[in-house]
Amino acid sequence: MSMKVSTRQVDGITILDLSGRITLGEGSVTIRDAVRDVLAKGSKKILLNLGDINYIDSSGIGELVSAFTTVKNAGGELKLLNLTKKVHDLLQITKLYTVFDVKDDEASAISSFTK
Amino acid sequence: MSMTLSSSLASVDQAERAIEEYAERVGFDEDTRGNIAMAVREAVVNAVLHGNAYDTNKQVTVSFETTTDDLLVRVADQGAGLDPESIPDPLAPENILRGSGRGIFLIKAFMDEVNFRKTHPGTEVTLIKHRTPA
Repeated sequence: MSMKVSTRQVDGITILDLSGRITLGEGSVTIRDAVRDVLAKGSKKILLNLGDINYIDSSGIGELVSAFTTVKNAGGELKLLNLTKKVHDLLQITKLYTVFDVKDDEASAISSFTK
Repeated sequence: MSMTLSSSLASVDQAERAIEEYAERVGFDEDTRGNIAMAVREAVVNAVLHGNAYDTNKQVTVSFETTTDDLLVRVADQGAGLDPESIPDPLAPENILRGSGRGIFLIKAFMDEVNFRKTHPGTEVTLIKHRTPA
């Protein structure tokens, strides 16, 4: 299954609900385009909801890192929400878990963004 | 079992599915199968992308076999050859925010042994998973 993205706004935060696989090719490109699109519209506070991401490969991990640095360099914040065990474990193995701000509750994630 | 694949992303998915089925058939549990499949996926991505550079005239060969103790997967490309020592450590602070370069690290994390061999032309990587805990 390829990756799907839907976008919603909550209290000034753009939430990208992702589902499917983030892998080399379509999934990685979809994430990149979605984050660029959000930034282009002037929103710099982005929450990536990964609750329905059932698979991610090294390319997908790289894409999350690139999204994080792209948003940060633009003066914004990108956080991760609802990691599955697989994604959590991969971020631990690659020592990226502490690089990202990871949340497991949407309400507290929303309130954690800089006002 | 052996597969000869084109240098395309479709081959990556094909190899991943094949090793998942094979690993189930030879008795690996679900978590371990997932890890093996991811390692093989990363190895085939390397072969297609970095080895053969999507060259349609070059192929990737993937073979699986089991011994009493081990599952062995070999992934061979026809590219310029890879020096695994030249790959930066993705965990080093200066590399942690790089957008790529984690594939071989993940292969090593998920398999018990990983060996690279230059095949002139190309690279063959052998991934080994013990069938019973060491």
